[in-house]
Amino acid sequence: MKEKNHNNSKVLKVINIGQCIGCYSCMLACSTQVYNNFSLQKSAIRVKTSGGYQGRMVINICRGCMAGACIASCPSNALEARAGGGVILHREACIGCKKCISACIGRAITFDKEEKKVILCRQCGICVDSCPHHVIDMEEVQ
Amino acid sequence: MKKKNMMIMTINLSSRDVLIEDREDLTGYLGGVALATQLLREHVMVEKSSLEEMQPIIFTKGPLNTIFPAVTKTCSMFKSPLTEELGESYGGLRTALAMGMAGLDGIVIFGKAKEPVYIHIDGEKAEMKDAKPLWYQNTDETTRLLHEQVGRPGLRSILAIGEGGINQVRFANVTVDTYRHFGRLGLGCLMGSKNLKAIVIEGEKSQPVEDPKSYRSLYREVYKKVTKTDVMEKYHGLGTSINISLLNDLGGLPINNFQKTSDVGAKAISGESFAQHRLIKKIACSGCPIGCIHIALHRKNFGEPYEYEMATVSYDHELIYSLGSMIGIWSMDGILELIETVELAGLDAITTGVLLSWITEAFDKEIISTEETIVRPKFGDVEGYKKIIHHLVKRSNDFYEEASTGTYRVSRRYGGQDFAMVLGKNEVAGYHTGYGNIIGQAVGARHSHLDNAGYAIDQENQKYNQEEMVQKLMEEEINRNFLNSLVICLFARKVYDDKTVVKALNSIGYDFDEKKLKDLGLKTFLEKIRLKKEMGFHYKKTSFPKRFFETSCCNTVIKKEEAEAILNLYSEEVEKLLSHT
Repeated sequence: MKEKNHNNSKVLKVINIGQCIGCYSCMLACSTQVYNNFSLQKSAIRVKTSGGYQGRMVINICRGCMAGACIASCPSNALEARAGGGVILHREACIGCKKCISACIGRAITFDKEEKKVILCRQCGICVDSCPHHVIDMEEVQ
Repeated sequence: MKKKNMMIMTINLSSRDVLIEDREDLTGYLGGVALATQLLREHVMVEKSSLEEMQPIIFTKGPLNTIFPAVTKTCSMFKSPLTEELGESYGGLRTALAMGMAGLDGIVIFGKAKEPVYIHIDGEKAEMKDAKPLWYQNTDETTRLLHEQVGRPGLRSILAIGEGGINQVRFANVTVDTYRHFGRLGLGCLMGSKNLKAIVIEGEKSQPVEDPKSYRSLYREVYKKVTKTDVMEKYHGLGTSINISLLNDLGGLPINNFQKTSDVGAKAISGESFAQHRLIKKIACSGCPIGCIHIALHRKNFGEPYEYEMATVSYDHELIYSLGSMIGIWSMDGILELIETVELAGLDAITTGVLLSWITEAFDKEIISTEETIVRPKFGDVEGYKKIIHHLVKRSNDFYEEASTGTYRVSRRYGGQDFAMVLGKNEVAGYHTGYGNIIGQAVGARHSHLDNAGYAIDQENQKYNQEEMVQKLMEEEINRNFLNSLVICLFARKVYDDKTVVKALNSIGYDFDEKKLKDLGLKTFLEKIRLKKEMGFHYKKTSFPKRFFETSCCNTVIKKEEAEAILNLYSEEVEKLLSHT
């Protein structure tokens, strides 16, 4: 997997959610470039509507917590705090127990049934360049 | 090169059997309309009624869907309940994405469920589930209830019909993910006849990228063309509703059933007015960075003090024409009210508007009376038209029974065919621009302005002779047949030239070149004409409503003899192609 060298102190942020048109370009960038797969199920960034298309667009991403609950929930030490916010996943250590998925109130972690491992954001920022409306960006964690 | 799969799911609603096959023999058809035409050929009973139980509904996607910018559509083919002839329709938003996630290239549905059902497709599984509580719900409530089912929100597609489809109105459509449709030609009626209220599609199929470098580099190139150049600006900015002012200025906007083609009122319902006063957001089909779906806020006062309700309604040129200028509605709120009415009932907007305009003029000419119409129709009367739409959906009396079969059939029975604005039994789109427009719709496979864009040929401001016009219409329709095989949004047709399409296919492992693409377009074009003929269509049977030749068309008057001469020439050219292929 490729790792884009974004500044380690920055994490992915949703900055202009009202401008999102739901084109899924960010999801496609993540699934094809990070996970090398056309299936958007592989994307670590999740765009959807809240309450159907009559509602509004929402985006579920890793919020870049410092020492998030997901890390504490992991029984196999597969998750490690990332300098600057967010987590680093040691994929080989992930046993697919899904405890981190339940622990994250931000709904940022999903499960790859094929690989039997979790999918979560690497804070690489590849998705940012693909957004036509500057809905997301890499920013310093607060 | 890795073998390409062609996964086709077949669902028999009568026996509840579901079959999934890898149809390697169909790989050469790529997808979209080329694939759907072949599947239709396999399953359709050309001579039987469109509503015969075992008639099929086909949905197909293409190999580039979602993974290249603006390749977002799904093709549907069927025998049309409106024309009893070839049915072809395209829907956007999430259907193609969801079919891809399910790992399906095509879905074929036939038979009739014993009781109301909806189909839930989850990958290679399909279940028929109880839809009795949904049956008489409108399209919005049906979509909401299905949306609240457990599944993969954001990655699934919901197709639903309204009361129009349930009651077998022949021009009922299918709502796709709230704001898009499989419109025209009555797919909703066909679903209703099968006791099929809705279809939910989702899945988790993994699709590894075989050549990431080649794919990504081309993706970036196309993405840049789509977002950083002005090739698609028209669709992102004002959207197609930009045409209202342009056509009105040219004298080519149909008004009051084509009785005139320009009016000072057009400014109030122009794309500019909607954008400035009603537009609240734009949304996109999955995989398109443009976002051309314009959503307006329809704010309605229902009492005092300051009691309001609201609806969010999508609009575009064809809706403003058919439920606006065509029936003399010159207020944005009036148009939005009627759009919402047809949306909730699940009716095709163009057909409804053209039919309302015929009813109004037939009433004015005393061909019909309130004995038939119950309500007194009047150009500009929003509330009156809402009541008439209600009677159409309910098929309230003998007249509305007939009217629910469309403008062609009702005018054949009651008279007034001279001003029944249909071509090939399909209600016409919002242009009166010249020969390209009317011949284009008369000869197009689905009798739609989108078959060959004759209206755009008229607006090139070139003087084409009869041969040139025939050539241009035919070339465009053949070209669109291969674009529709992929199923590229036609708004992006200038982005996807032949070379780009070939490069895109090659980048994901398809061995295709420009010649093969052209051949596929031609082959599909001709196969559709063969199917049409077997269903009873013939160019020589086509007639033009007299109104086209009475009303000023961009400051000139077009002649019936000339139109017929072009039509004959087109028919001859098609016969030559058919005999050589």
